[in-house]
Amino acid sequence: MFQGLSEKLQETFKRLRGKGKLTEADVSEAMREVRMALLEADVNYKVVKDFVAKVKERAVGQEVLESLSPGQQVVKIVHEELMALMGGQEAKIEIASKPPTIILLVGLQGAGKTTHAAKLAQMLKKQGKHPLMVACDIYRPAAIKQLQVLGEQIKVPVFAQGDRLPVDIATASLQHAASQGLDVVIMDTAGRLHINEELMGELQAIKDTVHPHEILLVVDAMTGQDAVNVAEAFHNQLGLGGVILTKLDGDTRGGAALSVKAVTGCPIKFAGIGEKIDALEAFHPDRMASRILGMGDVLTLIEKAQQAFDEKKAKEMEQKLRKQEFSLDDFLDQMQQLKKMGPLSSILEMIPGMGKQLKDVQINEKDMSHVEAIIRSMTLDERRKPVLIKDSRKKRIAKGSGTSVQEVGRLLKQFEQMQKMMKQFAGAGGPGKGKKGKKPGFRFPFAR
Amino acid sequence: MAGFFAQLKQGLAKTRQNFVQKVEELLTGHRKIDEELYEELEEALIRSDAGVNTAMALVGRLRKEVKARKLSEAEELRGVLQELMVELLGEEKPTNLAAEGPTIILVVGVNGVGKTTTIGKLANYYRQEGKKVILAAGDTFRAAAIDQLEVWGQRAQTEVIKQREGADPAAVAFDAIQAARSRQADMVIMDTAGRLHNKVNLMEELRKVKRVIEREIPGAPHEVLLVLDATTGQNALQQAKLFQEVAGVTGIVLTKLDGTAKGGVVLGIQGEVKLSVKWIGVGEGMDDLRPFVPRDFAEALFERSEEVET
Ligand SMILES: Nc1nc2c(ncn2[C@@H]2O[C@H](COP(=O)(O)OP(=O)(O)O)[C@@H](O)[C@H]2O)c(=O)[nH]1
Ligand SMILES: [Mg+2]
Repeated sequence: MFQGLSEKLQETFKRLRGKGKLTEADVSEAMREVRMALLEADVNYKVVKDFVAKVKERAVGQEVLESLSPGQQVVKIVHEELMALMGGQEAKIEIASKPPTIILLVGLQGAGKTTHAAKLAQMLKKQGKHPLMVACDIYRPAAIKQLQVLGEQIKVPVFAQGDRLPVDIATASLQHAASQGLDVVIMDTAGRLHINEELMGELQAIKDTVHPHEILLVVDAMTGQDAVNVAEAFHNQLGLGGVILTKLDGDTRGGAALSVKAVTGCPIKFAGIGEKIDALEAFHPDRMASRILGMGDVLTLIEKAQQAFDEKKAKEMEQKLRKQEFSLDDFLDQMQQLKKMGPLSSILEMIPGMGKQLKDVQINEKDMSHVEAIIRSMTLDERRKPVLIKDSRKKRIAKGSGTSVQEVGRLLKQFEQMQKMMKQFAGAGGPGKGKKGKKPGFRFPFAR
Repeated sequence: MAGFFAQLKQGLAKTRQNFVQKVEELLTGHRKIDEELYEELEEALIRSDAGVNTAMALVGRLRKEVKARKLSEAEELRGVLQELMVELLGEEKPTNLAAEGPTIILVVGVNGVGKTTTIGKLANYYRQEGKKVILAAGDTFRAAAIDQLEVWGQRAQTEVIKQREGADPAAVAFDAIQAARSRQADMVIMDTAGRLHNKVNLMEELRKVKRVIEREIPGAPHEVLLVLDATTGQNALQQAKLFQEVAGVTGIVLTKLDGTAKGGVVLGIQGEVKLSVKWIGVGEGMDDLRPFVPRDFAEALFERSEEVET
C-alpha cells in the first residue's frame, strides 16, 4: 500500500536527471509527496504545513550535489530538517541536588504511565538510585494494585493510600521517602483527558505542592492528529520537561513524535519498546526521523553505508548477489557491517524495494547474536553450501553455538528463503532497472 | 528553532479556534464552491485522522456529486459530504446473538485502548436488558488486569471467571464457557490481553483462544469486537487488518470519543476492510457506551471540539 517516500521522489525526479539547480516547480512537486508521507505517518497537518514550507524555502535554488539525484537531494534536505526539528538525544533524568528527585508522570488514558513508572524505577535502580513509586491514580479500577504488582516484580517500594486525594498522597509520599532514605520519587497519576479541567487542575495542585523536578508526558506512539492538542494542553498547564514515547515496538510510523516535539519543544527522552519492564530505551531522534519518513530512505542509507561499509566489499557483495553466490559467510559479514549502522530492521527498511518484501519478516535483534554464533560454528564449506548441513551436522553446530537444533534449522530455512527472495529481487529488477541501461537488474543498495 | 516553535504554537492555537468556525462559515455563509473550499474540507477530514487517501477520495467523490447534482452553493456541500461518509460507514448492524445457548463475545485490541472498560460497560448494558452475563478474565498477562475486571464485575453485578495471573487465556475461555453452560447464562464476554498486532506469537495466542471457543460452541464467537482508541492515527488501519485476519473481527468499538480526537480513521478502515463500528465509548463510567450512529458521527467530525456530544 505504501510506497517508500524516496521511491516516489525518485519517480517524480526521473525526468530531472542532470539538472543543476532545484527549481520551484521541481520542489513543489516533491513537497507534495513529502506532505503525503508525513501525513500518512500521522504528523499533525499544521506541523506538516509549516515544515514543508520551511523545507521548500531551503531547497529551491539549491545546487544538486553531483553524487546525488535531485530526488535524493530533496530527501537529504527533508531529512536534515527533520533531524533539526527532532533535536538531539537527551535521555537523562534531572537529578535534584538535594534528594529526593521527584518525577511526575502524566498523560491520557491508556498511554502507558503505570508501566513506565516501573520501567523508569528499574532503570534508575540499576543506576544505583533508590526509587519509590507513588500510586496517585485513585480512579481506574485496580490501578494501585497494578503498580504494587509491578513494584514487587522489580523490588521497588510502592507508596499507596487508597483513594485519598492524590495531592495528599503525593505530599505524604515525600515524608515517607525521606524517612526511608529513598532518593527518587516517581509519581504515577490517573490518565485524563486534556480538556478535563477538574482533573487537569488536580495535576496542577500536585505540581504546586510537591514541585516535581521532572514532569514527563507519556504519549502513545500511535497517536494521530490529536497529539498536538494533547501535548499543548498538558504543556501549557504544567510546563513539561520531557516526553516518553510508548509502544514504539508496534509498526506505527510515529509521526506523533514530531507533532509533540514541535508544539512543546520538549525533548523526547525515552522510548517504550515492549511490555517487559526492561523494554525502555533512550530515544533516538535520528532513527525516529527516518522512521517517520518511511521506507526507502535511500539517503540515510547511503550516508550510513558510506561510514560503515567498505566500498570494495560492497562491490564484491553486489557481484555475488547478482551471480547468486551469496553464502552464509557473506551473510555473517554483512550482518557485522549492518550492526555498525543501527537496528537491522530500520536498515532493511531503507533498502529501496525491500520494504514490501520484508514487511512480514520478523526481525528480532536479540536473535541476531544467536545467528552469529550459529554461523560461526559452521565450517567454511558448510557456510558456502548449507545443503551439506544434515541432522548430525546440525547437532554439532547447535552444540558448538550453544543453541538448539531447531534454531539451526530455522536459520537455514530463513537463509534459503532469503536467497529465494534475493533471486526474485534480482530477476524482477530492483529500482535501478533499466534506468541507465548499463546496469540492468538488481543493484546492491550499498554500492554507489 | 525557538522561533519556529513559537510561531507554530501560535499558529496552532489560532487554527484550533478558527478552523472549525471557518469551515462552518464556509459551509453556511453564502459562498460559491471553489478550490479553496474543497481544500478546507479535505483538511478537516485529515485533521480528524481520516487519512490522506480517504480524505482525497471522499472529496473527489464530492466533486463528482457536485457536478452531477449541479450544486453551486457552499452550504449544500456539508450535507452531501456527510451522506458520502454515512454511505462509506455502511449500515448499522445489530449484534449477532446466539439462536440458542450462550452468546460469546470476544474483545480484542492493542494495549490501553479500553477493552476492559468496554467490557464493564457492555456487561452493564446487557444485564440491564435482563440478560445473565458472565465475564472471562482472559488478560492473564498485565499486572492486576484480573482485579480490574473483577471491579467491573462488581459494578455491573456479573460473575467473573478467572484463573491465576500467567494462566493460559484459552483455558480461561474454556472455563467461562463451561460456567455459562452450567449456570445457563445468556452471554459470555471475554477480555483479552492487549497485544500489538505485529507480534506474531501474541497473535497466535489469540488465534488459539478463538479456536477453543469455536471448538466448544459451533458458530461461536458470535461477535469479535476490536476496540480502537479514537486518538489513534493511521496505525488503526494495520490494527484492523491484522486483527481481522487472525481473529475474524466482526465489529469495532471506538473509545475515548469524549476527548478532542474524532476517530476519523474508521472512515479509512472501511476502504481496507469492511468493518462496521458498533459501539462508541464516551467516558470512563459504566454508562458511557453508546450505539454507533453513522450520521451523528459524520456530523461530529465537523463540530467544534467543545461541542462533541453524542
Ligand atoms: N476518556 C475515556 N477513557 C476511557 C474510555 N474507555 C476506556 N478509557 C480509559 O482508558 C484506560 C485504559 O482502559 P482499559 O480498559 O484498561 O484498556 P485495555 O488495556 O484495553 O483493557 C483506562 O484509564 C480507562 O478508564 C473512554 O471511552 N473515554
Ligand atoms: Mg485490559
